[in-house]
Amino acid sequence: MNVVVCVKQVPDTTARKEFLPDNRINRAAVENVINPFDEYAIEEALRLKESQGGSVTILTMGPPSAEDSIRKALAMGADSGVLVTDPALEGSDAWSTALVLSRALARLDYDLVMTGMESTDARTGLVPAALAEQLKLASLTYASRVEIADGKVRVNRQIPGGYQEVEAVYPAVVSVVKGVNEPRYPSLKGIMAAKRKEIQKLGFSDLDLPADSAGKTGEKAKAVEVTPRPEKPAGEVIRPDSPEAAAGAIADFLQAHKFI
Amino acid sequence: MNVELSEDQIMIRDAVRDFARSAVQPRAAEIDRSGEFPADLVKQAASLDLLGIVIPEQYGGTGLDHVSFALFIEEIAAVSGALAVILDVHTSVGSEPILDWGTDEQKARWLPRMASGELLGAFALTEPDSGSDAASLQTAAERRGSEYVLNGTKTFITNMGEAGLYIVMARTGGPGARGISAFVVENGTEGLRFGSPMHKMGLNGSPTGEVIFEDVVVPAKHMLGPEGSGFKVAMKALDSGRIGISAQAVGLGRGALDLAVAYAQERVQFGRPIAQFEGLQFMIADMATAVDAARLMTWQAAAACDRGEDFTHLAAMAKLFSTDTAMWVTIDAVQIFGGYGYIKEFPVERFMRDAKATQIYEGTNQIQRIVIARELLRGD
Repeated sequence: MNVVVCVKQVPDTTARKEFLPDNRINRAAVENVINPFDEYAIEEALRLKESQGGSVTILTMGPPSAEDSIRKALAMGADSGVLVTDPALEGSDAWSTALVLSRALARLDYDLVMTGMESTDARTGLVPAALAEQLKLASLTYASRVEIADGKVRVNRQIPGGYQEVEAVYPAVVSVVKGVNEPRYPSLKGIMAAKRKEIQKLGFSDLDLPADSAGKTGEKAKAVEVTPRPEKPAGEVIRPDSPEAAAGAIADFLQAHKFI
Repeated sequence: MNVELSEDQIMIRDAVRDFARSAVQPRAAEIDRSGEFPADLVKQAASLDLLGIVIPEQYGGTGLDHVSFALFIEEIAAVSGALAVILDVHTSVGSEPILDWGTDEQKARWLPRMASGELLGAFALTEPDSGSDAASLQTAAERRGSEYVLNGTKTFITNMGEAGLYIVMARTGGPGARGISAFVVENGTEGLRFGSPMHKMGLNGSPTGEVIFEDVVVPAKHMLGPEGSGFKVAMKALDSGRIGISAQAVGLGRGALDLAVAYAQERVQFGRPIAQFEGLQFMIADMATAVDAARLMTWQAAAACDRGEDFTHLAAMAKLFSTDTAMWVTIDAVQIFGGYGYIKEFPVERFMRDAKATQIYEGTNQIQRIVIARELLRGD
């Protein structure tokens, strides 16, 4: 079972985000980390490798600094990495990101492509399905459980109020939700071993794509405006005179907000 | 001159920081409150290979340098002083004497199990009547054929009861430093007993107390180094041990500083965050300056140790400065929190209680001054 995990380097989730004039996040101004959702995909891929054999390859598109994210995944136990980096790719939207990743995947040998359910920066969650579309593969998104049996991949697909059991022959694209597993920490031996693992670098010209298919020129979706989330208003404080009045006030509140 | 961390050291620091923040920090207050030994976190640290950080690869460790070791201890101490001292004692004074003095057979017997975390280490020098004057220790080791029989009591022993292995200094000859030899005593040996854990001001969760020897039979081949060299074994262990304690103090100071910086920007009085008052800004600037200086002194001692240079005075200076810094920085952090700093619902008072121990153990700061002065005045 050879798995390629597509990861994205994102600004630290807890960092205050700044925006560039074209409404993109200023990534240079903050600390960047592996998209936390992708860590679940990496862990799931490592577990598949441990139970089924095979290899785990990490694929990312991003600035040269995205190599740090690949390095961390290699320290967790992945075998090799591919970094697609080129100034021409800067500003790519979800669709062209998927297009670029699909062309890089064409150069790799895989049974399964795994991703996190979304990235914590833009949070569109579009890339997994767009990637499956580009690759003409089955798309199994929001998996909370992944199982390989009889040449098929079976997942529990998280939906409101429960889950669907979905299966497909592989190769296929699987995106996982938070909580599908508990991602491991890289060990010191893993960190040392990661230095000896190969990271292949690809540029735009290696992808055999028309010049206007990615980057700013290839964008199909455009961020028109960025608005900070409004400040949370201060909560309402009720000071009832008796326990009975307090219970009544709580019941009124819950009823008014349709909780009861 | 180069004070930059290597790429490896940065990755190690970041990996330990990640572990410390996500796995240790949420547990730190409860460990302090309950005083229970955090066995699960020690096990998790072992799975990250942290327990064998300075043990060579051939014995199952990672054979890393003392700067990496200092980074590791600082990151743990920045969230939990108790876990930091548990791991520090195991890694430095608990295992380094075997690295430095052990025969191949001794190394092969103990180091792989120490690197994997199966055996936690401890260091037993102090006795009820022998603290700073370590050469006056009275625990006796009497030779009987191919064995030694140990009798006596050690006290203030970190990892007491939880450790699987104790480096024990005992008297095999006449009075004074030259009559002392070092032994490795395995937990489970008949006659080895432990007192109940002491109720400490801080570092709760790290068990401290008496290790009692009643006719404990130790094979002669478990002696570390030649007979009569036990005092030297202990002093050398304490040299590198002080790098660890210094790093622990840097972590405690930094942890409290980070909390104070965040709080000062949130706490509003007189219509603005208290961080906007110059009085507080000056406090924070002094705290940050001292913590940084302490860290650089710790790295300096660690780097000298890794280069194989004499680092006794550098380690003593780092330990003295870092632990005194940790003490006043954590006190000032409590001050910045005001009344909230004095209650246990907020974490800074724990840092203050934990910091006090670092000025006392592995050589009081008065002893550090003697060590530093002796190195300077020895005249060669």
